[in-house]
Amino acid sequence: MKKTYKIDVDCANCANKMETAAQKTEGVKSAVVNFMTLKMNVEFEEGADPKSVMQEVRRNCKKVEDDCEIFL
Amino acid sequence: MNKKQKKMLVRIGIAAILLLALPQVPAEGLARFALYMIPYLTIGYDILLKAAKGIKNRQIFDENFLMAVATVGAIALALYQKNGDYTEAIAVMLFYQIGEWFQSYAVGKSRRNISELMDIRPDYANVEQEGQLEQVDPDEVEIGTVIVVQPGEKVPIDGVVLEGASTLNTSALTGESLPRDIQAGDEIVSGCINMTGVLKVRTTREFGESTVSKILDLVENASSRKSRSENFISRFARVYTPAVCGAALALAVLPPLVRMAGMGLPADWGSWIYRALTFLVISCPCALVISIPLSFFAGIGGAGKAGILVKGSNYLETLSQTGIVVFDKTGTLTQGVFEVNGIHHSELENERLIEYAALAESASSHPISRSLQRAYGKEIDRGRVTDIREISGNGVTAKVDGVEVAAGNDKLMNRLGISCIPCHSAGTIIHMAIDGAYAGHIVISDVVKPHSEEAIRLLKKSGVRKTVMLTGDRKKAADQTAAQLGIDEVYSELLPADKVEQVEKLLAEKRGKEKLAFVGDGINDAPVLGRADIGIAMGAMGSDAAIEAADVVLMDDDPMQIAKAIRISRKCLGIVYQNIVFAIGIKLICLVLGALGIANMWLAIFADVGVMILAVLNAIRALFVKNL
Repeated sequence: MKKTYKIDVDCANCANKMETAAQKTEGVKSAVVNFMTLKMNVEFEEGADPKSVMQEVRRNCKKVEDDCEIFL
Repeated sequence: MNKKQKKMLVRIGIAAILLLALPQVPAEGLARFALYMIPYLTIGYDILLKAAKGIKNRQIFDENFLMAVATVGAIALALYQKNGDYTEAIAVMLFYQIGEWFQSYAVGKSRRNISELMDIRPDYANVEQEGQLEQVDPDEVEIGTVIVVQPGEKVPIDGVVLEGASTLNTSALTGESLPRDIQAGDEIVSGCINMTGVLKVRTTREFGESTVSKILDLVENASSRKSRSENFISRFARVYTPAVCGAALALAVLPPLVRMAGMGLPADWGSWIYRALTFLVISCPCALVISIPLSFFAGIGGAGKAGILVKGSNYLETLSQTGIVVFDKTGTLTQGVFEVNGIHHSELENERLIEYAALAESASSHPISRSLQRAYGKEIDRGRVTDIREISGNGVTAKVDGVEVAAGNDKLMNRLGISCIPCHSAGTIIHMAIDGAYAGHIVISDVVKPHSEEAIRLLKKSGVRKTVMLTGDRKKAADQTAAQLGIDEVYSELLPADKVEQVEKLLAEKRGKEKLAFVGDGINDAPVLGRADIGIAMGAMGSDAAIEAADVVLMDDDPMQIAKAIRISRKCLGIVYQNIVFAIGIKLICLVLGALGIANMWLAIFADVGVMILAVLNAIRALFVKNL
């Protein structure tokens, strides 16, 4: 399953860090952060619950870049 | 400017004024330190806070952390050396913040610019209810609803015109400024602007399925498909920062130790630590990381404005490496509007022959069939036709009024064992057989598009090595068209499956990094579009199949757009490479100069902020594609 989320982040490198952090989160098959359109496309693994996975993604992103937000 | 940016601008202003004014104040020692801390904290408090959070989250290669270490280090060094020179640390912080501010401003601005370029999203649809026009959300309009489009309004949803005649401005979709006339019965595409008359339109699609939604969706998602350059840069950034930080640490510790132990010189910790701190300032990869996606984003936006939809940054990159362009002939280089030009050797009256041909081909939507139906000119009574069999690449056989009719090329006649009379005219020849006996042939020819020749010339000029034309047409007609247009290679009399095979052969001939582009009308060449390195569909306004199948979609059907698309991609990629080389080059030079002690922090901050600003400005150039 694929979903797109709006995000807010100030710098391009931070967006890249968020992408890496999201990709490493359990239940995420692949994640692409688009800094220019401020969107995050997430493809979930089979059977993963997007809601709880995204909570975890958000936590992980906050860890690498404090000043970011994912609008769930 | 948003609130955050305004606040930052105020902080930058205050810090800059203080920085200029403080040297006039005759304070020494602690008082001086305290005074200088005012602008430093004004400009850098958030960086210090973020750095502290970063340490807590074990993110030591965070640029806030690096800036904090570099500036705090410089202040500590000034305290230690008792020279009271705090200006440098404050300036580094100040310029860093200016750079961040500029980046956020420029990115915000180009985001808005590009969304304005693609400002085709309709805000409402007018629905007539009890004699009153009511504005509703286009999302809520169901298929089959009658909507009213007033002059000056955007057509919100795809549909068919029921009443009214008007002129449409399609420039937002196609980049083509020539207005298009429309009247009752015509299909109308969302995103066009109605210029003159009131139109009543029956919607044939939901808003989400309409052309305008699809295009917006496509453009918005395009920059999520990242190019190889972008992936290279993000990998580079991941390695670059830790590597420079490691080098900084080594620079701070190793030379002094060597000087002390090996050469018996004084350690000179101060100057080596200073050099290490300049390294930290240069270690931020921002200039690269922002300018590359920004270039692609601007390039895709600029192309979109010109009516060229590129589905991803990766495709823009591939397009720029195009060395071979393969064209489908019909509908691409030629108008695909066929006309009956002659009827030869007919055993029947000409009208009768056309009538049989039109009826036999009545089930087909192929341009040739349509031209026969047009030439027939009367309503087609499908009830008269039975047993229709389409033989791909050959023609059709059917029973018309119970009479066996075959219409197709010489292959069909061979297949049926009927001898036919070859024709000397250039064009598509439809041989006719009625009741198993040859009944003459119809010559249909296609018209070359007015810009085809110029487009081929432009392609050559912009560095395309080879142009190839593929067609199902007869060799004679194909060769004539190719010679007229200046195309290098022609492969004619191909069945749809042969086209894929031919493209595969051409793919094998590619040299080095060059890529093969296939241009078609997207209607029945989806397999070839998919097989080529990059598939370009043209004349796609209103054709879903084309938008789905291709990597690059030309809204207009003008072949000049192909050359334009390639030029836009070349310009964009040129900017990308300039930025990569420029940013990495300047940083490396500054690192070397810093290590040798020639570059001070001022130069380091230029390498960081100055390069970023220049790279961003350069990236925005990709947006301007009008004169390409």
